[in-house]
Amino acid sequence: MSTPDTGIDAGRRRGRKGGGSSARFRKVGDGAVNVLVKEPGRFFALCLDTGRAMFKWPFQWREFIQQAWFIVSVTVVPTMLVAIPFGGILSLQVGGLIRQFGAQSFTGATAVAAIVREASPLVTSLLVAGAAGSAICADIGSRKIREEIDAMEVLGINPLHRLVVPRMLACAFVALFLNGLVSVVGLMGGYFFNVMLQGGTPGAYLASFNAIAQLPDLLQAEVKAFVFGITAGLVAAYKGLNAKGGPKGVGDAVNQTVVITFMLLFVENFLISSLYFQLVPSKGM
Amino acid sequence: MGVEIRVEGLTKSFGRQVIWQDVSLTIPAGEISVLLGPSGTGKSVFLKSLVGLLKPDRGHIWIGDRDLPRLPESQLYETRKLFGVLFQDGALFGSMNLFDNIAFPLREHTRKRESEIKNIVLEKMEMVGLLGAEHKLPGEISGGMKKRAGLARALVLDPEILLVDEPDSGLDPVRTAFLNQVFIDLNAQIGATFLIVTHDINTARTLPDNIGLLYQRHLAMFGPREMLLTSDEPVVRQFLNASKVGPIGMSEEKDESELEAEAKLGHDPGKLPPIPPQQMPSNGMLRAGMHAPGAWCAAHGVTPPPGSFVDDLGRNWVEEWPRYVASMTPVGASGGPGAPGGRFPGSPPPGRPGAGAGY
Ligand SMILES: Nc1ncnc2c1ncn2[C@@H]1O[C@H](COP(=O)(O)OP(=O)(O)OP(=O)(O)O)[C@@H](O)[C@H]1O
Ligand SMILES: [Mg+2]
Repeated sequence: MSTPDTGIDAGRRRGRKGGGSSARFRKVGDGAVNVLVKEPGRFFALCLDTGRAMFKWPFQWREFIQQAWFIVSVTVVPTMLVAIPFGGILSLQVGGLIRQFGAQSFTGATAVAAIVREASPLVTSLLVAGAAGSAICADIGSRKIREEIDAMEVLGINPLHRLVVPRMLACAFVALFLNGLVSVVGLMGGYFFNVMLQGGTPGAYLASFNAIAQLPDLLQAEVKAFVFGITAGLVAAYKGLNAKGGPKGVGDAVNQTVVITFMLLFVENFLISSLYFQLVPSKGM
Repeated sequence: MGVEIRVEGLTKSFGRQVIWQDVSLTIPAGEISVLLGPSGTGKSVFLKSLVGLLKPDRGHIWIGDRDLPRLPESQLYETRKLFGVLFQDGALFGSMNLFDNIAFPLREHTRKRESEIKNIVLEKMEMVGLLGAEHKLPGEISGGMKKRAGLARALVLDPEILLVDEPDSGLDPVRTAFLNQVFIDLNAQIGATFLIVTHDINTARTLPDNIGLLYQRHLAMFGPREMLLTSDEPVVRQFLNASKVGPIGMSEEKDESELEAEAKLGHDPGKLPPIPPQQMPSNGMLRAGMHAPGAWCAAHGVTPPPGSFVDDLGRNWVEEWPRYVASMTPVGASGGPGAPGGRFPGSPPPGRPGAGAGY
């Protein structure tokens, strides 16, 4: 019977702490490496693993539908409430400016350009990151600190496949619809402000709308929304799965999720918009 | 029939904090082993490493011919199906009631019908004394109940290896005694390899076949129960006797002055208390991993402290043992689960020469 009997004194070394300022420098250096290299690296690894888990059978439909419903329930009302004043403010600001140039009849066109192309993906991203992302992160994070994630793995179930993939896709799926919702509600808000409050004519609004709006506007907005949804879901999952240190750790993770998601979404928005203007010619008038 | 776990030179650190290094031990198949150690020495980390939840820095964990830390993910998930694990906090799924929690592994990994699942789940719930709580959510039950539910979940798939993190924390002494009996009976029944982390000295002294002690980032000792209970090693001796005298202090290690003061006072660790007889299965089975009482001491020329192996009724188990074994007709001697057949001392199983009788 093998019963290795490691003596107690075998290597009773005490880790000596490095002293003074060099230790502090090392700490700062470690922190920088961690933020710049390790964290993005781990995040990227998670993205790849999730991508792989996405094509594993069977797809978790139940979880997907539950999560989609949950995300809808926390985002729809705030989205509408944000979208109406957003459309209104754009109309007021841009409408006022355009009237000074003497081009009132193009208010409808500017509303389309501003709302459909930029504002609606942004509003969507705010809500997806703020409401859906934080909820997903809190959910996964609290499972993590309760060791539920570990338990799942031990039971032979991949948490990426079981938890992350359905949440991420639900997030993207709902973002698509939210984006449509924001466009519609925002345009209605813009119409209302332009026609009722600024004395524009309905005919001019709709005509210029038709003149400048094109299908790719909507498509690129939907692409943005989809990408935002995926990003928000992945960041939330990453932060949630790496939560540690009890309930406070979950709070921190949620906080970081919202901040990081916002930043990433604005960068992505910028990239996709630039690409769009390069790739799709504006409609001639 | 359980699986042997062979750990070689395992080292784990978090950042610069070394948790333990160079841990080597073999947890024999089908036996019950207990892992002890002061709070915070990394027992939970060790269990998590054994199932591949944490990656060790160095070393091997051999489960059969598979080296766990180096397995590709798909095989890792496959290997984990051998394990049942009870986490320190139960780790129940908060969104499911107890029944669904315990049924979860069955629904995931078997094609059993719902009626069969119900039977199995209720049987396990009865075993841990949770009947009637099927519809409670984990948030609505006590810590001890969570533990027992977690144990039931770890058991539904009849694992080959059962890892249990502190089954007795948050449990009353009576329940602890019952639970220990459950472990013994289960081991006799399914013959799995058990590794139990505990702080309960009584459990550690009476339950296992083997004891290990983690101390100061090392495995201080691992071996048969009788070896550790008769050991002169100060740390082992202090720990297994729950004594204040010895090298362990409040902050893991006493400093020089404390030790000197102790020496001056002439504290002496005292005589070793007798070795208690090991707990027996209640279901009239013989455990395959069980050793004859006193066999290790006899084989190593150690005189057990007076009064050893005597139970509450005054029976001396060294003398009682052959009679006991003879009286036990192994259930289903053809070798079904829990039927050790010729596997107990005297006729060791193939592949593990000398099990029980004379290691
Ligand atoms: N994920 C982690 N990251 C960093 N350090 C950790 C992690 N998990 C555990 N540790 C550290 O490892 C050490 C051992 O922890 P562990 O939970 O294994 O102790 P334990 O022996 O189980 O104690 P107890 O008996 O109180 O349960 C602790 O110092 C802890 O701070
Ligand atoms: Mg622990």
